[in-house]
Amino acid sequence: MKKVIVILMALIFWVESFGHIIHVGPLHKVKSIRTAIRIANNGDTILVAAGMYKEGNLIISKQLTLIGDKYPIIDGQNKYEVFSIKASKVVIDGFKIYHSGTSNLDDYAGIKVYDSREVTIQNNILDDTYFGIYLQYAKRCVIKNNQLKANNKEEQQSGNGIHCWKSDSLSITDNTVDGHRDGIYFEFVTNSSIKSNTTSNNIRYGLHFMFSNNDTYQFNSFIGNGAGVAVMYSNKVSMLNNQFKENWGDAAYGLLLKEISDSYITGNTFEKNTTGIYLEGASSIKMDHNIFKNNGWAMKIQASCMDIKVSTNNFVGNTFDIGTNGSLVLNTFNKNYWDKYEGYDLNHDTMGDIPYRPVSMYSMIVEQNPPAMMLFRSFITSLLDKTEKFIPSLTPENLKDNTPLMRKAF
Amino acid sequence: MKKIVKYIMTDILRSIIMIIYTIVLLATSFTLFSLEDNANKGLLSLLNIILIIVPLFSLLFSTIYIYNSAEFIELLVSQPLQRKSIWQSFSIGLAISLSLAFIIGIGLPVLIFQFNTIGLILIIVGTLLSIIFVAIALWAAVQIRDKAKGIGMAILLWMYFSLLFDGFVLFLLFQFADYPLEKPMILVSALNPIDLGRVLILLQLDISAMMGYTGAIFKDFFGTMLGLSIAFITLLVWVLIPLYFSTRKFIRKDL
Repeated sequence: MKKVIVILMALIFWVESFGHIIHVGPLHKVKSIRTAIRIANNGDTILVAAGMYKEGNLIISKQLTLIGDKYPIIDGQNKYEVFSIKASKVVIDGFKIYHSGTSNLDDYAGIKVYDSREVTIQNNILDDTYFGIYLQYAKRCVIKNNQLKANNKEEQQSGNGIHCWKSDSLSITDNTVDGHRDGIYFEFVTNSSIKSNTTSNNIRYGLHFMFSNNDTYQFNSFIGNGAGVAVMYSNKVSMLNNQFKENWGDAAYGLLLKEISDSYITGNTFEKNTTGIYLEGASSIKMDHNIFKNNGWAMKIQASCMDIKVSTNNFVGNTFDIGTNGSLVLNTFNKNYWDKYEGYDLNHDTMGDIPYRPVSMYSMIVEQNPPAMMLFRSFITSLLDKTEKFIPSLTPENLKDNTPLMRKAF
Repeated sequence: MKKIVKYIMTDILRSIIMIIYTIVLLATSFTLFSLEDNANKGLLSLLNIILIIVPLFSLLFSTIYIYNSAEFIELLVSQPLQRKSIWQSFSIGLAISLSLAFIIGIGLPVLIFQFNTIGLILIIVGTLLSIIFVAIALWAAVQIRDKAKGIGMAILLWMYFSLLFDGFVLFLLFQFADYPLEKPMILVSALNPIDLGRVLILLQLDISAMMGYTGAIFKDFFGTMLGLSIAFITLLVWVLIPLYFSTRKFIRKDL
């Protein structure tokens, strides 16, 4: 008998912990989300029916699950931050969030998480928000399958799509961000994963890292942003299997690495960028199995970089393979495939017998003297490149691939 | 005058060399367009041909033609005709036939594969370059009596415009590397029709983003209607000045 009572008690507590469901909608007793949040207890679920809700700033300071049925529209009326989450384990699922306020003093967002843990934000559609999803001091949060869109024109008057600040162990998966300032922004964020997102047409960067260590991003696509991805002042960032495409413009890069160290760049595709990868002050970086295709410069390595290992990559159809600004070379190139390689392989070990020098004379001239770009694609520059191939003088002596592959690496 | 132009044109267009030139241009442009999957890349490869082959052929062909027609010119001069109109007929005849060869050889494929602003600018620049180098060749030919020297001069001129001038620009750029040279470069580019033509076409292609700050300044200038007009007027000036001087020389020349 005692046992039965214990089991019954346990069951009751178990059911209790599921909480109640509160229905919100024009046809239900509770008409507004604000009321629902006020009357709800920790662990309750608020089910919001389809409709238009203009309720100003909704502050969630209890552990609630908010689920939208058939995408109810929450309108910020261009004045308010829409959801402010100030409790842990909150779930926001299936809402359309429109027109958040914009401000130069406060970072208004569609959904903002303040100092909370294990918040889940999924399946939402955000349109015309200042910041899209904003996390500060957040831990172990999940941001999944959201669509963010904005039509910003100027960098100064726009916010980031997914903005994370001083957070840890975040998981950002399957989101699309379009037309914000930065698609995804990380500052002081650690141990996080960014996976299978698509960011396109953002004004500044598709993905922006500042002072964020031990993070991984993989299987993402960065298409047509001001610049694809910028990783700055960070350590131990893994960049795996991403697509960097069509970041084309005067100051556009596929991937910008500045003051970063101990990182891996593997399995990525860089296609049609003005500069595929730009490295400045970077150290201890391994790059392999990447494809560089139809870029202006496949890679620009400034002389301030050291211990960059570039091996087993394919360089195809780039105007310039490598650009650099000095003669000091502390980096190694090995076993890459270069489509411009004109050597031979007498012993048939699939590697060319003479080294390949990926830096052309003209790219050196341009680096030292930018107005020389006026002679771009003129007869004399191609002539200079050819003579330089036979007698290297201006190009760095040590920047060469000693074992260039005769066929594509993979 | 019309009669002479007509006669010269039929004479040139019937010549086997002219036909081969047209066919070679036609074949190259068709292969280039069908080889590249991207029509823009085809244009870039064509650009090299336009900037190197077209001026060379225009220069050499016109120079040799003038020297070979020396007797015909003497005959015409003995007739009651103005020397000015004789010389102009020769210029117009050569210019029209070489432009025609260019338009058929390169213009036609470009119009088929790439009918847009870039294609049109490419055709206009190429045609203008043909005419400019006819005018320059005529000037060289009228100055020098000796045929071998004249042809040598034509080759030197071609080398100057397609190679030496750019080398000189590069030299200047390094000598004055401490000064902001982006804007003066616009002026410098006007001093060589080949450079001007190349810059005009490159700025139309999306590859211009690679040209950085210099490209941006060029685009600011040549991107506007005014800049574009100035560029084309400059190219026209490149036709008119040699033509004026060669006509003046021909009128006074003791044949």
